[in-house]
Amino acid sequence: MRSSLPGTLTAAFIIAGKDLRSELRRRTALVSAIVFAALILAIFNFARDPTSLRADQLAPSAFWITCAFAAVTALSRAFAVELEHGALDGLLLAPVPREALFLGKFLGNLVFVLVVEGITLPLFVLFFNVSLNGALPGIMLVAVLATIGFVAVGTVFSALTARVRFNELMLPVLLLPFMLPPLAGAAQVTAALLNGRPLLESAGWLRLLLVYDITFVTLSLLVFPALFDE
Amino acid sequence: MTSPSSPSASLSSPLSSTSSDARAAAGRAVRTGRALTILGLLAVAAAYARAILFTGVEAVQGPAQKIMYVHVPSAWCAFMAFILVGICSALYLWLGDRRLDTFSEASVEVGVVLTGLVLITGPIWGKPIWGTWWQWEPRLTSTLFLFFLFVGYLTLRRAMFDPAERARYCAVVGILGAMLVPFIHLSVYMFRTIHPRPVVLNPEGPTMPGSFVATLLFSLGAFSLLYLGLVTMRYGLGRLRELREARHAPAA
Repeated sequence: MRSSLPGTLTAAFIIAGKDLRSELRRRTALVSAIVFAALILAIFNFARDPTSLRADQLAPSAFWITCAFAAVTALSRAFAVELEHGALDGLLLAPVPREALFLGKFLGNLVFVLVVEGITLPLFVLFFNVSLNGALPGIMLVAVLATIGFVAVGTVFSALTARVRFNELMLPVLLLPFMLPPLAGAAQVTAALLNGRPLLESAGWLRLLLVYDITFVTLSLLVFPALFDE
Repeated sequence: MTSPSSPSASLSSPLSSTSSDARAAAGRAVRTGRALTILGLLAVAAAYARAILFTGVEAVQGPAQKIMYVHVPSAWCAFMAFILVGICSALYLWLGDRRLDTFSEASVEVGVVLTGLVLITGPIWGKPIWGTWWQWEPRLTSTLFLFFLFVGYLTLRRAMFDPAERARYCAVVGILGAMLVPFIHLSVYMFRTIHPRPVVLNPEGPTMPGSFVATLLFSLGAFSLLYLGLVTMRYGLGRLRELREARHAPAA
C-alpha cells in the first residue's frame, strides 16, 4: 500500500477527527479521565506528611504523576474501542497506509491527553495552591514536549496490548518505563518554572525532551506497521 | 550478532531444510550451549578464586570491593544481551526469520538473570561503600529499568499464543526498549546534576592496579562465556520446542 505524503496526512487527520468526534459525542472517556485525574490530585494531597512537606513542594510531581496515570487509562482504550463491532478490521481494510493509521491514532491520543492535562492544570493550581505567575507558557511548552514522546510509544503499545490477555495491566507495565525521561524532565522544568526561574535555564531538559520526541515518534512510525502484518 | 549457533544454523536455509536437519542443528546448539555453560561456570569459579586468593585487597574499600568482579561483568553482559535483543528484533522485522525471535527470547531470559544479579550485588556493595543500599545513580537506574523492560517483554511473551504475532510484537518492544536505555541514562544523569549530592566514591575508581584490571577482564570473559553458553542452550531448546510445535500443528 503506497501512498503520497499528503494522502497519508489527510487519512491521518480523518482518523484522528473520527476518534475525537466519537469522544466528544460520548464524553464518557473524557469525563472519566478528568474525574480520575482530579481524584488522584486530591488523594495526593493526603498522601503526604503535612508537617514536613508543604503541598507546593509536592506539586510538580503530583501533577505529572497524575497526568501519566490519566494518559495510561486514556491510551488503554484507544485501540480497545476499535475492537468493538470489528471496527479495527474495517480500519485495516481501508485503503490507507498503516503509517496513516498510526499518525491518526497518535494525533487523536495526543489531543485527548493534552486536553486532559489542560483541564487538570487549573485543578492543580487550585488544590496545590501554586501561583502560575508567568510560568504558564513554559509549562504548556514542556507539557507538549513531554507528552508527544510517550503518547507515540503509548499508541504503539495500545495497539499491541489491545488483543493480549491482561491488557489493562500489560500496557502500564510496558509503558511506564518509557515515561521516566519525559516525566523526569517535565517535573524538573515545572518545578524550576514555579520557583520563578527562567525557561532558558532548563534548555538541557527541553533538548532532551525534543530528541526523545523525534526518536520515538520516528521509531513508532517505523515499527507500528509490523503489528498488522498478515 | 555473535550467536555461536547461527553460522551452522544459517547454512541450512530455514524453509527448504527438512525438519530433521533443523532438529539436528537445534540439538547441536543445545549440546554446544551445555558445554559452553559448563566451561563458563568453571571460568566463573576460577575468576572467584583469582579475585579472592590472588588479587590484592583494595586499600579504601577492603574486601567489599571484591564484589566488583561479579557486579561489573554481569552488568556488562546484561547490557550486551539487551543490545543483541534490539539488533535481533530489528533484523527480525526486516528478514522475518523465526530464529532471530528465538534468539531474542533466549537473550532476554539470560538478561533477566544477569540484571537480577546486578541488582542484588549492587546494593550489597553499595551499603558498606556508599552507606546506602540504594542510590539513584545513572547506571544503577538504567539497570533497574532494563530489568523492568526485560520482565515486561517476558510477560508479554507469556500472554500471547500465536507464534508469528508474538514474534512481531516482541520485536517491536525489543526495538523500542533498546532505544529507551540511553534516554534513561541521560535523564538520571541530568536529574543528578541539577540536584548535586555529596561526591560518592566511584566504585570503578580512576586508578586501579593492573592486577585488579586483569582479574576484572578475566571475570568479564568468564561471564561472557557463561552468557554465550546459556543463550546457546536456551536458543537450541527454543528451536526444538518450535519444531515440535510445527510438527504437531496441521500441515500448512
